Amino acid sequence: MKEFAALIRILSASTKTNEKLDALSRYMATADPTDRLWVLALFTGRRPKRTVNATQLSTWCLQMTGLPAWLYEECYHTVGDLGETIALLLPPGKNISVHPLHYWINQLIQLEKADEATKQTFILNAWEELDTSERFVFNKLITGGFRIGVSQKMMVNALAATYDIPAATISHMISGNWDPQQTTIEALLNENITEADASKPFPFYLAYALETDPSVLGVPEQWQAEWKWDGIRGQIIKRNGQLFVWSRGEELITEKFPEYQPLLDLLPEGTVLDGEILTFADGFPLPFQTLQTRIGRKNVTRKQLQEAPVAFLSYDLLEWNGQDLRTTALQERRVLLEQLVEQINHPTLRLSPAITFHSWDDLAAFRLQAREKGSEGLMLKKLDSTYQVGRKRGDWWKWKIDPLTIDAVMIYAQKGHGRRSNLYTDYTFAVRDGEQLVSFTKAYSGLTDKEINEVDNWVKRNSIEKFGPVRTVKPELVFEIGFEGIAASNRHKSGVALRFPRILRWRKDKPLAEINTLEDLQQLLQMHKQ
Amino acid sequence: MLLQFTDKGIYCPAGDFYIDPWRPVERAIITHAHSDHARYGSKHYLCHHDSVALLQLRLGQDISVQGVAFGETIRYKGVTISLHPAGHIIGSAQVRVQQGSDIWVFSGDYKVENDGISGQFEPVPCQTFITECTFGLPIYNWQPQAMIFSGIRQWIQDNQAAGKNSVLLGYSLGKAQRLLYNLKGVTDQIWAHGAIYIPHQLLREKGWDLPEIHRITPDTPASAYKNNLIIGPPSAADTSWMRRFNPYALGVCSGWMQVRGNMRRRNADAGFVLSDHADWAGLLQAVKATGAEKVYTTHGFSSVFARYLTENGIPAQEVKTEYGDTDEELNLSETATSES
Repeated sequence: MKEFAALIRILSASTKTNEKLDALSRYMATADPTDRLWVLALFTGRRPKRTVNATQLSTWCLQMTGLPAWLYEECYHTVGDLGETIALLLPPGKNISVHPLHYWINQLIQLEKADEATKQTFILNAWEELDTSERFVFNKLITGGFRIGVSQKMMVNALAATYDIPAATISHMISGNWDPQQTTIEALLNENITEADASKPFPFYLAYALETDPSVLGVPEQWQAEWKWDGIRGQIIKRNGQLFVWSRGEELITEKFPEYQPLLDLLPEGTVLDGEILTFADGFPLPFQTLQTRIGRKNVTRKQLQEAPVAFLSYDLLEWNGQDLRTTALQERRVLLEQLVEQINHPTLRLSPAITFHSWDDLAAFRLQAREKGSEGLMLKKLDSTYQVGRKRGDWWKWKIDPLTIDAVMIYAQKGHGRRSNLYTDYTFAVRDGEQLVSFTKAYSGLTDKEINEVDNWVKRNSIEKFGPVRTVKPELVFEIGFEGIAASNRHKSGVALRFPRILRWRKDKPLAEINTLEDLQQLLQMHKQ
Repeated sequence: MLLQFTDKGIYCPAGDFYIDPWRPVERAIITHAHSDHARYGSKHYLCHHDSVALLQLRLGQDISVQGVAFGETIRYKGVTISLHPAGHIIGSAQVRVQQGSDIWVFSGDYKVENDGISGQFEPVPCQTFITECTFGLPIYNWQPQAMIFSGIRQWIQDNQAAGKNSVLLGYSLGKAQRLLYNLKGVTDQIWAHGAIYIPHQLLREKGWDLPEIHRITPDTPASAYKNNLIIGPPSAADTSWMRRFNPYALGVCSGWMQVRGNMRRRNADAGFVLSDHADWAGLLQAVKATGAEKVYTTHGFSSVFARYLTENGIPAQEVKTEYGDTDEELNLSETATSES
């Protein structure tokens, strides 16, 4: 556990990718092999099921320290992380042990069926056996999410360096459906065995955002344009007579979308489709909010199936008749894809249309229609591009539409988490409604660190009231808020819900009197509701 | 009340003097030479002997200042005043004020651990105790400084092995001397920013047992820093002044480093939890040792600490002052850029 705690300490302290990569590679070369497998699992979203919850941890921490609950809350708001708060509050352990990471993980897994008292005894004993930095990682194993900036890509690169296997191969080996309790790191990184696991998706090829005019890309004849859909990127795989649906987050989500089951019989053996999972009705995509009702639920109800039916808008064919097409040019893959979709002829499997255009000006005009089409912009793909691994510059670009914007005033501020703990970074904004201010959105990101410090300082000096972690502030600071979509909502006072709201810039030039009004928001809603 | 909280500072009407006023007054008793406690413009200052030169350095040679020893009593209009060690920085004191049988103590800033040069904090029995609580949350628990310094020494060795210079950031008055006193001889030479060099030389002249250090100037060759320890003020972080030390590892010494988020925000390679303020246990220990029946909490987590004391049988109340704030050690006004 010491080595793992040290690894986490370096990963969370360093802001340099190379240092993090070195630390990970070192760990992967020297740590206990079972611990390595678990670190790989943890950093690729395969954490074990939670057997103890945050409330229980808090309760037992209060019991062990004898602190009042309100004081514990204050500490939590200052630290911004539950696992860390508890690690800092507990008295030093009396019974320090030297068990490896996998010992603790296995112990936690075995608690699944245990009663509350057994769990409590285990946790209290564990805390006595661990030092402060180990307790922190132990608590994080339970509460989830290390938030230390280790991407899948970094993990892949560390393994590639340690095991001397090409990164793209590693990427494929560690994707898909494997269980750290059922395999070993050797088995996972042994290609022959890996190939037998038919469910694995290909690593997704991701586009960078195009920040300039597309004319920098050369002649339009070399490019294919498509609408950019606001759904979940996914792969549909048929291999070994089974159907698998994967999200870009490498989550196996076959069960969530029963609409795709007919494709099991229709698709030829050895097919991998890349495309967008979307709620779709009458030939038109529904707002993302409807798709949200389908995610995060274990069982889909009949009502949901009716209200939020799902389709798959395919835009690439990665495997065809068992043949890996990723090194074939896009224009050839596209021909095969179009044939396949036509041949299947099922309403669930649709083709994401290619846009015919003759000049970049043409395309710019199409982009302006994106919102009406229910899309968030355009995708530009080079006709001769191969299907690469991860986010790469050059051949694929996303050209999103400019966000909708509203000038609003900050009315509440709350402390952030992790790197931003003890800083006021999470703000709630309001528009004017006559003499009143009506809150309509929160936004967390978009300011530079320097601006955040400045706002933080201002918040501390201009608070009106404090409700727990939230401060009401003088309505004075005006920000331009950008968002991708707007929908009616009866859950919010303002009557609207925004998609991807964020701060575009701090309008130091604008006084409160000049911010937008509730009426402006309602107009946007009328214009852009789908 | 023997002491009152006014918009100019803590005031004693019976003796007609202020303690650590934040507006100019006639008579100011100063707990220590940090800029939020010792401010410009008052007519007469009174402080511990060891603070006199520091006050003159910061407020000007021409101020009217009287130095006294710990425990020495001074009388203003029937009020007895004495200073007692606070252990915060060199010359730091608590102020004891007595009229008849009524005794008040203002802690100033303090820590209970003896750091070797700032004096041993002394609990002073009183009825009313006015305490700071910069780190008044139970998440703040300091390790003994011997452990922290051995961690720093190890870090410097590791940096040397990796071919890196070691840059430590700490407040120029207080933290820097504590580091230098406790890290004597850690590298062949120790280099420092001017903000640290100036008070350091002054204290050496006054006879303090501090190691020799070298001042960094635009002409210092890069070879001078090689494998050596460099000490700078916190405000030097993220400035061009740092570039000359490349390749280097950056360590920040502050109580705020207890929380990972603060460390990550500082972009430090290492955070050493080393504070000149009392931790939670230190605050509680200090309050109890005074035997006070009433406590006022000033800067820091003052409302939290007051509520906790009250719930535990010691009536306490938060007072608003203009001392520091919880970001004291993080946002310092010293400018490092003028040195570059």
